[in-house]
Amino acid sequence: MTEPPLALLAELTHRCPLQCPYCSNPVALNGPGEELSTAEWTRVFQEAAALGCLQIHLSGGEPMARRDLVELTAAASAAGLYTNLITSGVLMDAPRLAALRDAGLEHVQLSVQDAEAASADRIANLPGGHAKKLVAAQLVRDAGLALTLNAVVHRQNLDRLPDLIELALAMEAGRLEVAHVQYYGWALANRAALLPTRAQLDAATATVTRARAELRGRLVIDYVVPDYHASRPKACMGGWGRRFLAVSPAGRILPCHAAESIEGMVFPNVHDTALHAAWFGAEAFTRFRGTAWMPAPCQGCANAEQDWGGCRCQAFALVGDAAATDPACALSPHHHLLAEALDEAASSDSSYRYRRL
Amino acid sequence: MIGTDIPRFGPGMKLRHDQARDRWTVMGPERMFLPDETALEILRLVDGTRSVDAIIDDLAARFAAPRAEIGADVLAMLADLATKGVVRA
Ligand code: SF4
Ligand code: SF4
Repeated sequence: MTEPPLALLAELTHRCPLQCPYCSNPVALNGPGEELSTAEWTRVFQEAAALGCLQIHLSGGEPMARRDLVELTAAASAAGLYTNLITSGVLMDAPRLAALRDAGLEHVQLSVQDAEAASADRIANLPGGHAKKLVAAQLVRDAGLALTLNAVVHRQNLDRLPDLIELALAMEAGRLEVAHVQYYGWALANRAALLPTRAQLDAATATVTRARAELRGRLVIDYVVPDYHASRPKACMGGWGRRFLAVSPAGRILPCHAAESIEGMVFPNVHDTALHAAWFGAEAFTRFRGTAWMPAPCQGCANAEQDWGGCRCQAFALVGDAAATDPACALSPHHHLLAEALDEAASSDSSYRYRRL
Repeated sequence: MIGTDIPRFGPGMKLRHDQARDRWTVMGPERMFLPDETALEILRLVDGTRSVDAIIDDLAARFAAPRAEIGADVLAMLADLATKGVVRA
């Protein structure tokens, strides 16, 4: 039986003052004119809550670029959703944050690009951005809101993981999310500049293990391991169409925020489809739900209901077939592609193709 | 935590009834817990005004159980919930 989703990722806009080369937004970004209106989002939030979602992530792009963010937060909260704001922090100020808190915001997830300002600003291609984030963190604490620091890590910042942990402590964040880049969309275009080395990864894993033990009760560290050095894939999104759904700025209803990277898939839109109908009935959701769709070697594999065959977007990006076993799995006939990408990265420079409209 | 402490929910933590699944859920930043029966009984009494002692009194009366026994359970459970960041003194 298909269970209802637990969380909605609402990508309110693709507008963003930053240009991170690993941005998880699609390469073909939605323009401001395509964005859903306040009333449309409000309806989507109500539908999500009625469907069974408990939590909403107000995300983007930069959600604070939406002038109606306070209204949207109030609407999400009124619908009974636990509201989380995923922000770069560079557009934050005290009055706006106070208004968001009063509208029912419960948690802020603030991203940093590095622990060191010069490097962070280069990665985001926004001079002065990092300094604004430090101010934003203080504003969140002053407002009495729970704070998570999010750091996307890769070859060009992974060596400063200990400093990122220090930064989280200095910010009095309750959680630190250390997420290795996932390679599709923009990140795939920048893969050679971003893939970490095995030595970097091993050092990072040791750092996290040590810090978790030392900081028990003070800081929770969530660590998303990278696929390229793995032999088993991750259960992407907890399985396709099992726990999460996302809505894009233009209203497309997606099983995962990256799903639009899979060419040839047709996604329902909130303009003509209710979330309930999309979740339970749309081909885009039923296509890779469960295990029936699986090819060999996943079919019948003991791990099928643990990792659900891995990431469909990664399978499409690397193999050209969204229904293939995730090549991150050592049992995939395409697993060698990952080692080849690591070799290529080892001899590549660190220039980026920045995320732009 | 000791008897006179007044437990409250940690930053971003909430106990919420999940209507779609008809169960109680502890909601927090990027995490959800399904409290067991004991945790749920305690968390429903965490309101930022009741002390640990008051919570123990309430539960001991309601379950007609020896206060010492309930007290030990409540303190152990609150310590566990505090490590998870769900409550703090
Ligand atoms: S990853 Fe960077 S560019 Fe993409 S939305 Fe977040 S802050 Fe903006
Ligand atoms: S074969 Fe498929 S189900 Fe088995 S471990 Fe690999 S990806 Fe997972």
